[in-house]
Amino acid sequence: MTKTLTAQHLVEVNNLKQYFDINTGFFRSKSLKAVDGVSFNIQEGETLGLVGESGCGKTTVGRSILHLYEPTDGEIWYKGKEIKTEKDVAGFRQQATMVFQDPYSSLNPRMTVADIIGEPLDVHKLTSSKKERKERILDLMDKVGLNSEHAARYAHEFSGGQRQRIGIARALAVNPDFMVCDEPVSALDVSIQAQVINMFEELQDELGLTYLFIAHDLLVVRHISDRIAVMYLGKLVEMSSANEIYDHPLHPYSKSLISAVPVPDPRIARASQRIVLKGEIPSPLNIPSGCGFRTRCPYAIECCAESVPELEEVHEGHFVACHRVDEIN
Amino acid sequence: MALLEIRDLHTSFFTDAGEVKAVNGLTLDLEYGKVLGIVGESGSGKSVTAYSIMQILAPTGKIVSGSIKFDGQELIGLSEKEMRKIRGQRISIIFQDPMTSLNPVYTIGHQLREAIELHTDYHGKAAQDRAIELLRLVNVNDPEKRIKQYPYEFSGGMRQRVMIAMALACEPDILIADEPTTALDVTIQAQILELMISLQNEIGMSIIMITHDLGVVAQMCDEVVVMYAGEICEQGTADEIYYNPHHEYTKGLLNSIPTVATTGNKLKPISGTPIDLLNMPAGCPFAPRCDQAMKICIKQHAPEMKINDDHIAYCWVNVREGVADGSIVLSDPEDIQPQNEVLVHD
Repeated sequence: MTKTLTAQHLVEVNNLKQYFDINTGFFRSKSLKAVDGVSFNIQEGETLGLVGESGCGKTTVGRSILHLYEPTDGEIWYKGKEIKTEKDVAGFRQQATMVFQDPYSSLNPRMTVADIIGEPLDVHKLTSSKKERKERILDLMDKVGLNSEHAARYAHEFSGGQRQRIGIARALAVNPDFMVCDEPVSALDVSIQAQVINMFEELQDELGLTYLFIAHDLLVVRHISDRIAVMYLGKLVEMSSANEIYDHPLHPYSKSLISAVPVPDPRIARASQRIVLKGEIPSPLNIPSGCGFRTRCPYAIECCAESVPELEEVHEGHFVACHRVDEIN
Repeated sequence: MALLEIRDLHTSFFTDAGEVKAVNGLTLDLEYGKVLGIVGESGSGKSVTAYSIMQILAPTGKIVSGSIKFDGQELIGLSEKEMRKIRGQRISIIFQDPMTSLNPVYTIGHQLREAIELHTDYHGKAAQDRAIELLRLVNVNDPEKRIKQYPYEFSGGMRQRVMIAMALACEPDILIADEPTTALDVTIQAQILELMISLQNEIGMSIIMITHDLGVVAQMCDEVVVMYAGEICEQGTADEIYYNPHHEYTKGLLNSIPTVATTGNKLKPISGTPIDLLNMPAGCPFAPRCDQAMKICIKQHAPEMKINDDHIAYCWVNVREGVADGSIVLSDPEDIQPQNEVLVHD
C-alpha cells in the first residue's frame, strides 16, 4: 500500500507486527507472530470491519493500534502524525478509545457506574469542578440510553446489554474521534445486540466517530461496516467494501468463511452451496511457509508454499493476498 | 404417536432468592427422524428443557409437574436406575463447551471405551475397535493414533467430534445437542453441522438442536420451537416460523438479525431488557417488551392457537387479527384495547 498521507486518512497502519515471546521450555522461547505485517488505513467517519476466526490476531491489531501492547515493528499514524513516544501515546488516548468484548469482566465490580464513566475524565483531567464532572457523566449516560438515576449503582445490578452501554459511555467520556470496538456485541442476546448496534450507528452519525469494528459475526460486520478486512494467521488476506466482499469474495479463505455463515432463512440455507474447509487453523507458533492458508486451501499449488503472497489491489479498492487470485476467479 | 411428547412441563430452581420458573408449562412433540430446533435467548429455558428430559438438573432444580413421554414410556418418576437405561443409551446429549466436557486426565480412548462398555455388550478389544470405528464415523483422521491421545491434544472442533462419537456409541433414538457449535469458529461450525446432518441421514435418529442462532436453525431443522422466559411462543415447521411468524417475540427476533436487506438501514430491535425470572408477570411474559401488547396480555396467558396444520402459536394478537381458530373468543371488547401502562422495566 502506498505511504502517501492524505488528509482523510484518520488512522494509518503500516506493516504492523506484534510478536509475543512464548516459553517453550527451560531458557527456551519462541516467537508467536500474532500480527505479522498488517497495513491498512481508515478514513474519517468510516467503519472498518475486521473479521477472522479465533487466534487470527484481530484483537491484537486493535490493541496494538492503541499501544496497549508495544508494537514489535511498524508504524501507526493518526491524523497525519506518527504515534511513537510515550507523550504521543498519552495524547492519542484522549482521541482514541476502546470498547471491550466482555461486559462482565471489563467493568470494575467495586466502582459505581458514575465512577466507571468518570474515570477517564479524572485520568485526563478533563473536568474542572465536581459539578461539571457530574453533569458530564449524566450527559454520557443519557447519550447511551442509561437511566441517569442509576448513576450510583454498581455494574452487577445491570443486564449484559446495559453493561455494554456503560462500557461505551466510558469510551465516549474523552470525546474521542476514533473507537476500537473489540467484539462489542458478541456476548449479547440477539434482541439486545440489535439495540447496541443501532446505538453505535446513531453515535457515529451524531458525533462523527470512526470505528475499527472487530468481530467474528459476519452478519453483524456486514451490517455495520463500510469496508471489511479479513484476517488469517496474523495477516490480511482480503480487504474491500462490505458489499463487494460479501457478493464477490476473491480470496479462497474469504469465500469459505462467507459461505459458512448460517443464513437465517431456511430456503436460502437449503439451496446454498457451502464450501466446507478441511482441517483447522494452524497454530500461530508454527505458521506454514509461504501462504498461511495453503494447508487448508483447495487451490494450493507448489508456489504457495514458496513465497508469501502480498496484499495487492486487483481492482479499485479491492485488495487480495493470493498467488492464484486470477486463475481461481 | 410422536417419539417424544412433552406436556405442560414445569421445571423450577429453588434458590435463596425464591423460586425461578425456568420452564413454565412447555408442551411439544418430537417426531421420529426429525430435527427439532429449540431457539431462545439466555434464560429462555431451552437448556433446562433438555436437562429435564435427561433428568440431569442441578440439585436445586426440580421438575414440578408435567409429563415427558418417550416412546410411550413416562420418564418423570422413573428411578435413577431405570433412567440410566435411557440416558446415553436411547437419548444422548452433547454440550456446548467441548473444552470442559471431557476429562483431562484420561485418554480419548479410555473415555470412549467407558461409554461403550457401560451401555453396550462390547468389552475389551471389541470396545476398543468400536471406539476407533466411532472416531472414524465422525471423521477424525488417523483414529488408531488419536485414541491414545489426551483431550488437550485435540482442538475445539475435534473435541466436539469426540463428544458426538461418544453420544452415538449406542445409536440413540434422540440426540440432544445443546448449543453444540456456539464455542466454535464459523468454518469449524460448518464442519460440525455438516457432520450432524450426514450422521442423522445415516443413523436415522431424531435430533433436538438447542441454539440461540437462527441461522443454525434455518440450516438444520425441520421443526422449530421458539421459547421466551420459560414458555413456548410458537411451534411449527421451519418455513412457517421464518416466513409466517405468529408471535410478536418471534417477529421481533427475526427483525433483530442483520441481513442483506438491513444493510444501510436501521435494525428493528426488541425494546427493553429480558425479564427477571423471579418476578414473572401474570400474563404473557413478553408483554412488557411487546409493542402490540393489549389489556388481555398482561392479565392472562394466551392459550394454544392453531394457525394451520403445521403451526401453533400462543399470542393474543392472533385473536385480535382473527387468524386463530374460532374456538377462542374474547367476551370483553376492552381486552383487545392496547395497554398503555408502562410496565416495569428500566
